[in-house]
Amino acid sequence: MEDPKLDLLQGTLDVMVLQTLAALGPLHGYGIARRIEQVSGDQILLNQGTIYAALIRLQNKRWISAQWGVSENNRRAKYYAITARGRKQLAADLAYWQRLADVMARVLALGAAGEQA
Amino acid sequence: MSSGPMELLRRFGSLFRGRKLDRDLDSELANHIDLAAADYRKQGMTGEEARRMALLKLGGIEQSKEIQRDARGLPAFEAVLQDARYAIRTLRRDAGFALFVTLIIGLGIGACATVFSVVNSLLVRPLPFRDPSRLVWIANGTDATADMSARTFQVIPMLALRDRNSSFTDIAGYFAFYGIGDVAFADMNKPERLTGVGVSEKFFSVLGVSPHTGRLFTAEECQRYGSVVLLADAFWERRFARDPHIVGSTMRLGGKPITVVGVLPASFDFGSVFAPGTRVDLFFPFPLTQDTDRWGNTLAVVGRLKPGAQLTTAQAEADILGKQITAENPRRNSIQPSLSYLSEHVSGQIRPALLILAGAVLVVMLIVCANVSNLMLARTAARQKEMAIRAALGAGRGRLARQLFTESLLLTGCGALFGVALAYGATFGIAHLTAFDLPLLNEVRMDGRALGFVALIAVITGILLSLAPALHISLPHLSTSLGRSGAGGSREHAWLRGGLVMAEIAFACVLLVGAGLLVRSFVNVLDTRLGFRPQNAATIRIDPNSSYETEARKIAYLNDALNRARSIAGVRGAGVTDALPLGRNRNWGAAAKGVDYQPNNYPSAFVRIVSDGYFGAMGIPITRGRDFDERDDAQSRQVIVINESMAHAFWPGENPLGKIILGDCAKEREVVGIVADVRHLALEKDAGNEMYVPMRQCTDRPSWDLVVRADLPLPTLASAVDYALRPIAPDLPKGGMRPLTQLVDRAVSPRRFIVSLLSGFAAFALILASLGIYGLISYSVNSSASEIGVRMALGASAFEVQRRIVARTLTLAAAGMLAGVVISWIAGRSVGSLLYGVAAADPATFVAAALVLLGVSALASYLPARRASRIDPMICLRAE
Repeated sequence: MEDPKLDLLQGTLDVMVLQTLAALGPLHGYGIARRIEQVSGDQILLNQGTIYAALIRLQNKRWISAQWGVSENNRRAKYYAITARGRKQLAADLAYWQRLADVMARVLALGAAGEQA
Repeated sequence: MSSGPMELLRRFGSLFRGRKLDRDLDSELANHIDLAAADYRKQGMTGEEARRMALLKLGGIEQSKEIQRDARGLPAFEAVLQDARYAIRTLRRDAGFALFVTLIIGLGIGACATVFSVVNSLLVRPLPFRDPSRLVWIANGTDATADMSARTFQVIPMLALRDRNSSFTDIAGYFAFYGIGDVAFADMNKPERLTGVGVSEKFFSVLGVSPHTGRLFTAEECQRYGSVVLLADAFWERRFARDPHIVGSTMRLGGKPITVVGVLPASFDFGSVFAPGTRVDLFFPFPLTQDTDRWGNTLAVVGRLKPGAQLTTAQAEADILGKQITAENPRRNSIQPSLSYLSEHVSGQIRPALLILAGAVLVVMLIVCANVSNLMLARTAARQKEMAIRAALGAGRGRLARQLFTESLLLTGCGALFGVALAYGATFGIAHLTAFDLPLLNEVRMDGRALGFVALIAVITGILLSLAPALHISLPHLSTSLGRSGAGGSREHAWLRGGLVMAEIAFACVLLVGAGLLVRSFVNVLDTRLGFRPQNAATIRIDPNSSYETEARKIAYLNDALNRARSIAGVRGAGVTDALPLGRNRNWGAAAKGVDYQPNNYPSAFVRIVSDGYFGAMGIPITRGRDFDERDDAQSRQVIVINESMAHAFWPGENPLGKIILGDCAKEREVVGIVADVRHLALEKDAGNEMYVPMRQCTDRPSWDLVVRADLPLPTLASAVDYALRPIAPDLPKGGMRPLTQLVDRAVSPRRFIVSLLSGFAAFALILASLGIYGLISYSVNSSASEIGVRMALGASAFEVQRRIVARTLTLAAAGMLAGVVISWIAGRSVGSLLYGVAAADPATFVAAALVLLGVSALASYLPARRASRIDPMICLRAE
């Protein structure tokens, strides 16, 4: 049986979107959603509709910008790109997540060590 | 995540770009589905399957839009706007309902705001003086019901109190026995009688009143009488159009030229504070001298406490000083200062009445809430389906409750606007009432505090009103109601609605009983044996002008005036008095000759100085002896007429005629007549001792009121009297004739004020309660139409159907009434002080209120019951 999918932690989606845009350049909403799903190995439960809320949120913070373009199916689509402010924010977020992951790893390792002793 | 000001600004901005943002998102989402579907097709799904999968992954188009909308704007604010828009739309669809509810709430809030304004100005708002919390009313003695002569001070003891106390920065007073219209203003164009009050030095400075123009009296001016005058603002405006040059000029007052030294500010209204219902035009200095000391108790006294001084310590000190001063002045009247804050003195008498009004208006508002709640509930029941649809479209329970709250807030808001308009009108009307002797009434107006109060009430009502319907939205409920077709109401609705109607009936019962008790008291007051007949009689001031200097000339004028009045066709009697009933308040010492009285037990009596024919003109029955006649003059034997109470008090069981009374104006007077008791202080107060002295035997007459009894309409009589008297009294005021009934009207005006307001509230409550019953029964008839149809198909007669419905209503009404009677019984005690001749638990009133309620309930339920009995069973059953 397949493992149940991971729920997204509060605030993680915004970082994922930023990171995706930073790594892959301008993308439309569906592209971002697909890329995140692929990268996660389809392990996270992504309600794709929430991407659009994240996009408008990031736009309002001026961390990303949007521009109309034409998508691969030849339709008008909105392409999002990370801004300079967005990159700065991403760097800060990366550092934060790194620290958090380290701390989590150590705390969780504590339990494992205890069991061995 | 922090949201900076920039982001807030953008979010706010998106409120106004909602439509464009929505369109953009629409095309983005459509494209998203397209792209996703294309991907799924590549994985081998059919077109339909791929699309479905794409939608599933997205999580629904509408839901995505909703999430995005929340993220981009200010969701709370937007929701409020949306709710408001939606509420307006639904209410517009239901305009009748909205209008009706707005109207009811408006009336309720209007009533609340009006009563609040009255209470606010009469009880809460500080008196219009400087630092009014330190002003103290100093009365003589502790018996609040005693007449004014017993509650005022003699000059020398008052001065002693002023000089020796250490609690007050100063003490001042005014001459309490000024008469309305005692001052003749001889103006070329329009002679008029004015009311002037003599005030002691520092009276205005104690109150903290500074003149608007000119100056106050100097210490030197306060040493003697009648050379200077201060004008009241209203009088200055009325007669001199606020001409500032009036200061320094002279007016002919009482036949003497008197200099105007200043004008008092508009904020100072002597009448509204010290003499409700009286218009005071002028202020004169009242000298505090040995001379005025001889007049006996004359001064009404106010003091200003020193900063930090307590009323209780001031009272303790005044007690000691009072005893000392009384002991030092054995030949003067005793003093026993009794202190109370001026604000309490002013509002004290009306306080219970106002608190009752406030309670009543609160009850009215509760009935309004119950009624509107009921309507809202009925509406919610009809809207179950709409709510279910909205819930299915993603509206949470909180959101639906918020929607209901917005709607009721919108309704109460509209109601509040209407109510505020009503209250502005009502307070304006009340402030301009002149026929009511209530203190500070002209100060009543809507102010910021009242508006704040209205806003508060509107919000509270809004919450209360949405409470019952909101409790009713339970989501599982809703899915079942989606399946149902009709406007099905649930059972728990029924008890809630029944309970609300019961509460309405109970509250209406309380108001009806309260109003009933007060109306009965009012009727009792009007029914009291006044001792005179006010009907078909009128009165006018005819004081002789300054050209009549000697006593002989004045008496000649009086005889002339009486003869002229009596010769008018239709006039049945005319007489002159110096004190009409229900106006003046003064007592003179009077004793039976040959009786030794204790110093503090010397009897007194209310005195009137009257002409012959006065008793006939007033309709006061002479029970024994004779009326005065023209021969009772200065040269003849001194005589007196007394009332029955006095005769009984002085000579119980004896014939009083021929006995001697020792009193003022003459050493000894022989009793020549006994007349009925006349209620002279208030309709509710017994007459006590009264005595009448013939005008020709006493020169101490402050005023001359002519009383004429005639079978003529007032305007005819007025012009006939004017025509007859003008030749000898050229400065007779025009339009000065007033019916005697007006005296009674004025005396009962505070009672009438309360009674009419409370009756209005009760009537409103009754109407609301009957509407509530009608609504409830109509609703239940409609929703149980099929049951009724079955019953009728099975042979129930129309009458039986009606009887069942009416009987059910009456059970409800009876339960409500029972609660109402119990509450009234308990609350009745608080009305006690306002009742007259009726007990708080008056069975007749309770029964009458119950009967009225039963009748109204029966009627309100009969109309829908009749409709029910006309249900055609066939149609009804087919509709199932």
